[in-house]
Amino acid sequence: MIDTLVLRGSFPVAELAKQTPRQNMSKTISDATLKRQHLSDRLFRGTTRMFAFIVFALLVGIIISLLLGAWPALKAFGIKFFFAAEWNPVTDEFGALVPIFGTLATSAIALLIGVPVSFGIALFLTELSPKWLRRPLGIAVELLAGIPSIIYGMWGLFVFAPAFQEHIQPWLIDHLSEVPMLGFLFEGAPMGIGILTAGIILAIMVIPFIASVMRDVFEIVPPLLKESAYGLGATTWEVVRHVVLPYTKIGVVGGIMLGLGRALGETMAITFVIGNAHQFSTSLMMPGNSIASALANEFNEATSDLHVASLIELGLILFIITFIVLALSKLLLLQLAKREGKQT
Amino acid sequence: MFSLYARRRLINAMNLTISMLAMAFGLFWLAWILWTLLRQGLGGLDLQMFTQMTPPPGSQGGLLNAIAGSFMMTSVATLIGTPIGILAGVYMAEFGQKSWLASATRFVNDILLSAPSIVIGLFIYEVYVVNVHHFSGWAGSLALSLIVIPVVVRTTENMLKLVPNSLREAAAALGAPHWKIIMLVTLRASRAGIITGLLLAVARISGETAPLLFTALNNQFWSSNMNAPMANLPVVIFQFAMSPYDDWHKLAWAGALLITFGVLALNIIARVMFRQKGARG
Repeated sequence: MIDTLVLRGSFPVAELAKQTPRQNMSKTISDATLKRQHLSDRLFRGTTRMFAFIVFALLVGIIISLLLGAWPALKAFGIKFFFAAEWNPVTDEFGALVPIFGTLATSAIALLIGVPVSFGIALFLTELSPKWLRRPLGIAVELLAGIPSIIYGMWGLFVFAPAFQEHIQPWLIDHLSEVPMLGFLFEGAPMGIGILTAGIILAIMVIPFIASVMRDVFEIVPPLLKESAYGLGATTWEVVRHVVLPYTKIGVVGGIMLGLGRALGETMAITFVIGNAHQFSTSLMMPGNSIASALANEFNEATSDLHVASLIELGLILFIITFIVLALSKLLLLQLAKREGKQT
Repeated sequence: MFSLYARRRLINAMNLTISMLAMAFGLFWLAWILWTLLRQGLGGLDLQMFTQMTPPPGSQGGLLNAIAGSFMMTSVATLIGTPIGILAGVYMAEFGQKSWLASATRFVNDILLSAPSIVIGLFIYEVYVVNVHHFSGWAGSLALSLIVIPVVVRTTENMLKLVPNSLREAAAALGAPHWKIIMLVTLRASRAGIITGLLLAVARISGETAPLLFTALNNQFWSSNMNAPMANLPVVIFQFAMSPYDDWHKLAWAGALLITFGVLALNIIARVMFRQKGARG
């Protein structure tokens, strides 16, 4: 019986039968095998460790290489670089005030619009939406994050900016430029492109990031807490306002910081609609420039060494700002996770 | 004017309505952008687009070289980034756990995940392009792979952590060495999740423009030489959209439609696939 199976080659005994009884019966692994296994384990561990270290070293590498690249500009301008509004490739004078202002202003507008909307979306997805709608709506919001930023830019330049210029900007200028204290923000001609337009498009882009963090942290609120509040007669809004938000506030701030980190570094969408003008203006209707869009526009055309170095220094500044913001966001979210871990 | 109850109910109703409006507001932009892409891009989406090179202004052409270039650079970037990301993720989930290196890498990785992609392009320009003195497809791939790595590290680590310890212990009890346990048991068990992460990474880099501007540059002609400047869809779209020519605009819209729906399809496939696997396992 076994012989026929062996002939057909479909029975594992065929292999066993070839071995000597001594090998077949041995129950211990030889020392050599053990040693080999030990060695390959150490090798494997060492390899994965090395790659983990590579990822860690990347960040250090980025900072060092940017520092080296920016050195000529750092030496030439020093601290003045941050406060000078001049940006003149012809006379080799560079100051970062305009792009830094543009980056901060557009990100601030993005958060001003994006945070309340994201909060509303997260609230809708966790408390209001019927169960069957949650997943599709959640995916739809995440798809908004999936659209490449160049598409936002193109759409912003060809579709949104003209519509904004025709329908909304004239109204803003007519009604808001007279408002005391804030009026100066809305002075100027309706041009379509500019800092405000860039900020609005940025807001649409950061909404999915902030909303999905908010939704995730809202979901970790223990049902017991919410149900107790409902049991006391609280309305949905009161539960959110007095139970969910206090419980998750660290996470919510972490999510906002994450959105801010994204907004600061956004490049292509801004490049299309900000107008790329190196001039300082307090009005949000006017074109400006941001760090990322200055890089995207000028880096390949920069000829003088100082121009290149100044652009790299801009990149360094951007990287350091986003690093700080993202690190803060990460620390806040970790803290929330830790507290959550203690309670469960 | 109102009783306390009426006022509370009113505030509640008001805020919930605003929340619904916020949801509608979010979906409105998605719908508007997709609608614009369909309206502007469908006209240019024809066979010619896939068979001809990018044209000089004023003549007919397609996007073949850009599509091919994007495809090549995305593939190479994924091939470089995936093993590095998986191995680093394995260290963090299986070996390091609480070691300083794993904690530091985890922290750095999360920052790299959201770091401005244009700075990644600058970095590769500084360390690679400057040293070899020319733009190239390799440089573009390197820049993209730096975007793939953090995504893969993050998903690998998260997915490995979901594998129950009893599986590892069972394999160890059978006498399997540690590396075999990882390669044949835990990595296999989390395969679906890791592939999902990979798809999301591919989706992310196929639309990335900023890191390619100073690395791969662009190329108007057919070139499969990775060591030369290489055409790629995002940069071509950028260049064509910023130009004053109508036929270039038309091609840019068609390319934008192609890229967006490709990326969104990848996103949806990844999520659906992961959910099915997740439900079964």
